[in-house]
Amino acid sequence: MRFLLVEDNTDLANSVSARLRLDGHAVDWAPDLRAADACLAGASYDLILLDITLPDGDGRDFLAKHRAMNRDTPVIVMTARNAVSDRVKLLDSGADDYVTKPFDFSELEARCRAVLRRRGGSARNVINFGGMEFDALAARITIGEKVRELRNRELRLLEILLSNPRSIYSKAQLCDRLFSYTEEPSENAIEVYVGRLRKKIEGCSARIETVRGVGYRITDA
Amino acid sequence: MDRGRFSSNSLGRRLLLQLLLVAAVLSALLYLAVRSVANQAAIAAHDNILGASATAIAEQLSASEGEVLIDIPYSAFSMLGAISEDRVFYRIDSDRTTITGYEDLPLPREVNARTAPQYYSSRFRDSDIRAVALERLITVDNLPVSVIIAVAQTRRGQDAITARVANTAAALGIGFFLVAGFMSWLATRSTVRPLHDVAGAIGRRGAHDLRDLKSPIPSELAPLVNSLNGFIARLRDALHRNETFMAEAAHHVRTPLATVRTQAEIALRQAETDESRKTLRSVIRAVDESSRSATQLLDHAMISYRSDQLARESFNYSELTADVIRGLIATAELKDLHIVSDIDTDLQYNGDKVLIECALHNMVDNAIKYSSDESRVDIRLNPVGGKIQFQVCDKGRGLGGSVQRDLTVRFKRGLNVSDVVGSGLGLTTVELVAQVHNGKFELVSRSGGGTCATLTL
Repeated sequence: MRFLLVEDNTDLANSVSARLRLDGHAVDWAPDLRAADACLAGASYDLILLDITLPDGDGRDFLAKHRAMNRDTPVIVMTARNAVSDRVKLLDSGADDYVTKPFDFSELEARCRAVLRRRGGSARNVINFGGMEFDALAARITIGEKVRELRNRELRLLEILLSNPRSIYSKAQLCDRLFSYTEEPSENAIEVYVGRLRKKIEGCSARIETVRGVGYRITDA
Repeated sequence: MDRGRFSSNSLGRRLLLQLLLVAAVLSALLYLAVRSVANQAAIAAHDNILGASATAIAEQLSASEGEVLIDIPYSAFSMLGAISEDRVFYRIDSDRTTITGYEDLPLPREVNARTAPQYYSSRFRDSDIRAVALERLITVDNLPVSVIIAVAQTRRGQDAITARVANTAAALGIGFFLVAGFMSWLATRSTVRPLHDVAGAIGRRGAHDLRDLKSPIPSELAPLVNSLNGFIARLRDALHRNETFMAEAAHHVRTPLATVRTQAEIALRQAETDESRKTLRSVIRAVDESSRSATQLLDHAMISYRSDQLARESFNYSELTADVIRGLIATAELKDLHIVSDIDTDLQYNGDKVLIECALHNMVDNAIKYSSDESRVDIRLNPVGGKIQFQVCDKGRGLGGSVQRDLTVRFKRGLNVSDVVGSGLGLTTVELVAQVHNGKFELVSRSGGGTCATLTL
C-alpha cells in the first residue's frame, strides 16, 4: 500500500516510515500541510496518516478541505488527544478513523484494513502464491473454486509469512507480531495458529514448513 | 424565583416601597384636600342660611312712636331647621340693650352697618355654635338707632356632615392608595422583568454554553449585559487557551512516546537475543501503560469536572453505542474476538453525551482487554422499565474473587489482572458516570467464566 504520512516531528516520521516499509508499504512523508497538498497533487495514495498539530495549520482544517474537494482517499488521524470529546469531534470532522499516539502498528494496520474495506477496497492487492490467491483486505484465500475465510490472526500470520516467502520466522518473532505486547502468550499459541492456517491452505502447492528448533516458513515447492 | 424577586436587597422591593410611599403621601393629601374643601363648602352653605335668616329678621325692623319694633318672621327659623335639628339662638340689641332673645349670646367685637354681615364661631351653653351678626340703622324720632341682630345655631348637624364627608374622603384616599399600590406592583413587575429574563436566560444555559447574551434588553440593562458578555468572552478565551495548552502539552508528550514505541517495535523485529526481546517488550509495555494512564487520568478529571454541572441533552443512545463499538472493533479483531451486538434502534434518552460515551467506551474496552482470544463479547442496549440498560458480557477471566466495590475504587485493580496493562481508573469512571445520572453500575461474574457489566441509567 502507498501511504502519505503528514507529520511534523522528524523523528516520529522517520520511525513510522521505517516501520511501514518493514511491512512492505511505500511511504511519502510531508512535514506540513503545504507539502501534503503538493504530494496529493502529484500522486495517488491508498491512505493518508494525518497529524493534527502541524506547523502551518490544523489537521482538521486540512481534513475539511480534503473532503470539500471530494478527494476520497481515506484519512486516519494520528491524534495526541484522546479526550472523549475529541474522539467524537474527530469522526464528525470527516476522518475515517483515528489512532492515539503512541499507537500499536498491528492496530494501525487493522484500522487501515477496516477503513479500506469500508471504502470498498480500492487498494485491493491480491497475492498469488503456490496456486492460492490471497486477498488480505477481504480476509480470504481462494484455491481453485474454494473460497476460505481467514480470521484476523490467521490473516496476519499468512501476511507475515508471505511478505518474505521461504524465509524462516522464529516463534518469538511471530509471537511479537501476532499478540499484543501487553499480554505474554505462550509459544504454543503459535503452533495452534500455524496448524489452523495449514488446514486452510490445503489443496494447493503452498505449504508451511516447520524448521526444527528454528521456526516456520512458507514454500511452494 | 418569587422569593428572590422581592428579597430584602432587591431592586423590585425597593422600587415597590418607594412607589407605595408616594401613593400613601398622595392618598393622605387627597384625604385632607377633600375634607377641607367639603368642610369649607358646608360652612359656606351654613353661613348663607344663617345670613339669610338674620337678613329676614332685619327686614322686619321698623320704628314707631319712638321705639324699635320687630316682628320675627317664622321663616327666619324654619329655613335653619332645614339643615338639621340643631338648636337656634338669636339676640337683637338696640342701642346696646338686648330687646329680645338671649342676652348672653356672644357677639363679635365689632359690628358695623357699613360692612357685610359677620360670621363667627364660638361656644354658647356648652355647645359649639356658628353665628352671624349684622347691624342696621333705624331712624327713630329722626335719630339713627343701631340695631344688632345675631342668629346662631349649634354645630351638631354641621359636625355630622363634616364627619360624613371625612369618611367619604378617607374611603376615597384608601381606594386611591389601593389602586395606586396595585399599579405600582404591576409597574415594578414589568420593570424588573427584563432583569429576570436575563437571569433566566443565563440560568437555563448548560455548563458549556459560552455564547454571548443576545435577547432584547432595555437600554438601562445594556451596560450590565455588555460587561457580562465581556466576562463570558474572557472565560471562553481562557478555556480555549487552556484547551489549546492541553492539546499542545499532549502533543509534545505523546509524539516522542510514539517515536520511542515505534523504534522499539522496529528494534524488536530485528532483535537477535531473547534478552533484548524481553527488554524491548517491556519498553513497549511501559509506553503503553503511561499513555493509557494519561488518557484515563485526563478522562477521569474531565468527568469529575463535568459531573458538577451535567450538560443534559436528549440524544440517540443507539447511534452513540454503534459509534463506540465501531471505534473499538479493530482492537477486538486483533484478538479475533467476536462482537455480537443487540442494540434497539432509535433509543432517545436524556443524559450527558460526553460522559456516557466515556462510560460505554470504558466498558467495551475493558471487555475486549480481559476477553480470552477468539471468544465472544455480547453487547446489549435495551430499554428496561423506563430506564435504559447497557450491558457488556465477556468470556474472559471473570472478577477472580475481587468484589465490585474494590474495582471501582481509584487506582485499585483486580487481583487477577497484573499481566494486562491498566490504570485502575476505567471502572471508577463508569461508576461515577452512573452516580451522577442517578443510575446503577453492576459487575457480576458469569457462571462458566467471564464478566457481565451492566449500566442502567
